[in-house]
Amino acid sequence: MFLRDATTCLLLLAAASFFLAGLVGLLRFPDVFCRLHALTKADNLGLGLVCIALIIQADSWHGAVRLLLTWFLVLVSGATVAHLIARKALQQGQTPWRNR
Amino acid sequence: MTLLFGHLIDLLLAVSLTVLAWRLLATSDLFKATVLFIAFGLLMALAWVRLDAPDLALAEAVIGAGITGVLLLTALRHLDSGARVARMSGRSGRRSLRVLLPALGIMPALLVLLCLSSPHIRSTAGLTASVIERLDQIGTDHPVTAVLLDFRAYDTLLETAVLLLAVVAVWSLHPVRPIFSPEPISPAQRGLLRLLLPVLIMTSLYLFWRGSHAPGGAFQAGALLAAGLLLLLLSEQRLPGRWSGMFLRLLLAGGFMIFLLVAAGALVGTGTLLDYPGGGASWLLLSIEAALSLSIAALLATAVIGGRPSDRSTEFPPRRKDPAGEEG
Repeated sequence: MFLRDATTCLLLLAAASFFLAGLVGLLRFPDVFCRLHALTKADNLGLGLVCIALIIQADSWHGAVRLLLTWFLVLVSGATVAHLIARKALQQGQTPWRNR
Repeated sequence: MTLLFGHLIDLLLAVSLTVLAWRLLATSDLFKATVLFIAFGLLMALAWVRLDAPDLALAEAVIGAGITGVLLLTALRHLDSGARVARMSGRSGRRSLRVLLPALGIMPALLVLLCLSSPHIRSTAGLTASVIERLDQIGTDHPVTAVLLDFRAYDTLLETAVLLLAVVAVWSLHPVRPIFSPEPISPAQRGLLRLLLPVLIMTSLYLFWRGSHAPGGAFQAGALLAAGLLLLLLSEQRLPGRWSGMFLRLLLAGGFMIFLLVAAGALVGTGTLLDYPGGGASWLLLSIEAALSLSIAALLATAVIGGRPSDRSTEFPPRRKDPAGEEG
């Protein structure tokens, strides 16, 4: 019981750090492409860790499957939306940032 | 401990909702206001979850944040770039700030008061007890569905009429124009559509079926279906011209018409408008809900398209010819 709760706490903390990093990246990075990169880390890994943490706590298998499905749908739509935004930005002539 | 965390989250939600609402009203950039509005809708859905109202949370997330967001964004596309930034002199902006600041100061104090008294508010549960008492007289097990389709059916009937009227008003403004950009759509988007559309339709059916005994129902199911339709629209799918005539109109008005028919039938049968025979048979409620879901989906999607279908030879919404030729 204790082990289960401790694992959940650890996973949630790890997820929070990913979300924080994603947020800082979103606010601080210089252009659209870098910001998208930061955001996808928060979405994919952060949410994934939250889902795993909650699956450990789930009391039925269908609850766990629902969480996994949520993660999967966010992964797919997040990746597609990031791709669409980057595509549009490229079409509008935004050039990726380079550190000179 | 849990209670404290709950209060903390409530407070955080309430403060960020207030700040977001102020920011979206105060900004002069309409695009920014729209994006803030979508964020506001999502937080609002969370607030409904915190208030133990999953029905409203579902509706708010899909309609408030999702579909209204798309509606506003497509409306923004139709505006010329000059109108996008609303003219707003610095002076009136500053004055509104001066009025708003004290209000913002009072808000947190009020919210703390509300949060502290919220267990008290929850204990006086309003009409819940009397609704649950009468649930066995109605063909549904879910109190919210019972309230929506029976106890306050008159309101729901008029709400569907309002939705229908909104689309009639949109149609009377101008014939439909191509809505999305002429660039070819990305194959990744097509892939997403192929994956999400079945999921959306299935979730919509599930919500519809659940509506009779748990949170869910016609509005949520219809809104999810509308989200699926919007995905189709975004991926350049069109309604063939011959379907955009009577078929589309019947679909749009169907929910309201069937609801009205049942209401009138009840008037003839029992002498009271909307007083369902036998206290509302479940098949009666179910058929109203089915028609409502389809109508709501069609109504929301047509509102986003904006503009009436022009003639039966062109698709609805029409295709964009080429970047130069679509100015008219």
